[in-house]
Amino acid sequence: MSASGESPDLDLAALVADPATRVIVTCGSGGVGKTTTAAAIALLAAEAGRRTVVLTIDPALRLAQSLGLTELDNTPREVVGVDTSSGGRLFAMMLDMKRTFDDVVTAHATPERAQAIFDNPFYQSLSSSFAGTQEYMAMEKLSQLRLSDEWDLVVVDTPPSRSALDFLDAPQRLGRFLDGRMIRLLSAPARAGGKAYLKVVGASFSIFSRLLDRILGGELLRDVSSFVSALETMFGGFRERAQQTYELLKAPGTAFVVVAVPETAALREASYFVARLAADDMPLAGIVINRVAQQSAPGLSATRAAAAAEDIDSALPDPVDAAIAVAALRVHVETAAVVEAQSRLIRRLRIAHPGVATHSVPAMATDVHDLDGLREIGSALQV
Amino acid sequence: MPAVPRLHVVTGKGGTGKTTAAAALAIALASGGKRTLLVEVEGRQGIAQLFDTAPMPYEERQMAIAPGGGEVLALAVDPEAAMLDYLDMFYNLGRAGRLLRRMGAIDFVTTIAPGLRDVLLTGKVKEAVTRTKDGRLAYDAVVLDAPPTGRIIGFLDATREVADLTKHGPIHKHSEGVSQLLHGDATVVHLVTLLEEMPVQETIDAAGHLRDGGYHLGSVLVNRAQPRLLDESAATDGALDRAVAAGLAGSGIDPALSGPLAQGLRLHLTRAAVQDANAAQLVGLERPIIALPEQPGRIDLAALFELARALRTGLAEAQL
Repeated sequence: MSASGESPDLDLAALVADPATRVIVTCGSGGVGKTTTAAAIALLAAEAGRRTVVLTIDPALRLAQSLGLTELDNTPREVVGVDTSSGGRLFAMMLDMKRTFDDVVTAHATPERAQAIFDNPFYQSLSSSFAGTQEYMAMEKLSQLRLSDEWDLVVVDTPPSRSALDFLDAPQRLGRFLDGRMIRLLSAPARAGGKAYLKVVGASFSIFSRLLDRILGGELLRDVSSFVSALETMFGGFRERAQQTYELLKAPGTAFVVVAVPETAALREASYFVARLAADDMPLAGIVINRVAQQSAPGLSATRAAAAAEDIDSALPDPVDAAIAVAALRVHVETAAVVEAQSRLIRRLRIAHPGVATHSVPAMATDVHDLDGLREIGSALQV
Repeated sequence: MPAVPRLHVVTGKGGTGKTTAAAALAIALASGGKRTLLVEVEGRQGIAQLFDTAPMPYEERQMAIAPGGGEVLALAVDPEAAMLDYLDMFYNLGRAGRLLRRMGAIDFVTTIAPGLRDVLLTGKVKEAVTRTKDGRLAYDAVVLDAPPTGRIIGFLDATREVADLTKHGPIHKHSEGVSQLLHGDATVVHLVTLLEEMPVQETIDAAGHLRDGGYHLGSVLVNRAQPRLLDESAATDGALDRAVAAGLAGSGIDPALSGPLAQGLRLHLTRAAVQDANAAQLVGLERPIIALPEQPGRIDLAALFELARALRTGLAEAQL
């Protein structure tokens, strides 16, 4: 516990070393360093002796290269340069959405049916832009990796979402839609081979179908209908698996790590994530706050530094040295203001979520794109 | 002479301050007695949060009075409401909403068929851009706080995709119309970025894709650039410690602090060099680059006005 009785410090080294931890999910709004954090956590785990796989979605090119990820092929590849002396290994893979979708279709439909789905003009468009597909597929892949028992630990990075927890909601939404009457209506014409279905489905359905016909036009309605009916065979599997993954996320052994930066909007999102995870009974390990500004000379007050910067100007023999010293003091003054503003924001977050562990990671001078950089972050993640 | 842009699409990597930049742009374009509409489409209520108001209903509301007496209105487009709006406008079917919801059609369009959803959203934007009131345009300009760079192409291209999928019929015609507006020279796409590696890379990639897609690029808006406090040529890395120590002599600052202060300056210079390198990459886009000065603390109306002023100057120089 910290002195002020707020939230405890999040110890990720202990979390990754614990054999009971089997899945770590990083989530947070866009641009907060989620992917880098996931990679650093995975490296930390591997070098602590665990057989680890990290699943990333859309990593920065150079970070991907540093992990040896040169192609999207849905196959975990071993990362070279990891210290394996503790017996751990690190594998990484990048999610190929289209391919994962194809795999699901292949796994759940007969070969003829699968081919019909692949050939449908709607499939091409939907499999890449289907709302929630990325989220759904990431969870699908996570579930495969977790259940394969090949790994001590699976670290997964969630897609940057439209709204905070799309990866939790998308499978559910998909399920809700699949259970809805729309789907039965849309697949009915193809199944019944004509208008016979109207007899079975009742009056409001027939009003509705006339409506659809008027809005979509007959030809489009037939295309949609045959696509939906082709997909229908696999829907049972979809729903079941979505539920299974959802349960897996809630199971002991899963830990969510919310990632944020010390800015109003990102911390607001983090708060929302924390509340949402709690509402869904998802196990939250804590919040990592990236890019926290650090004061290099914390003993010196900003007022003092500012006053000294004013004095120096005239008093000195060498104008170049004077200019450099003044710049150093001005950097100090500006950093002090940033540190002050950030710690106010972080303090508010900690007060708002007592009991939720947090951990601040200092801002690095440059972007991280190699194993050494990830190691540096990894050591900053430890208490 | 190209047409004056009337639809300003603002995109950028997540976390770069897209919504803030879009709001400032709406204020900038309204100043001097104009009327602009700021639109958001992702259901995040980002505008309400920015202006610190209650969540907005599906309704155009006044958000700010711009300097010189312009008016900024805002609208949060919700796909469900946009769909009902569309049905009412084109089919006179406003009352079918309940039936559609019960049947799951709203879920279908808004979550399962994203192409349709995006066309409904951009369709509403087009309606606002082309709307007339008392024989003149309702808005001088519309600013769209669009999805982030990772999704912008899919979002804008949805009109084409849906037009292709539907081949003909009313939805086809509608999508075609929206697509024409988005590709026309009345529409420009602005890219918001920070001077960091990933946002800059995404900006460059998105600019390429947008150009390939036949969209007109507006300006690159550089958010939160940190001013450099010491010229690059002023000090070589090795000499910093000595120079700071010498410079501080007699200032009353504890000499023991000169090492840490030099270290702070070194970090600052490293970051400034990274910023400069990233800024240099943006020049290759051959679009006007407008710097939005860092606003300390929470973004409030005063901060938005500051940003709007920077934008107005920048846009005037770029003749956009």
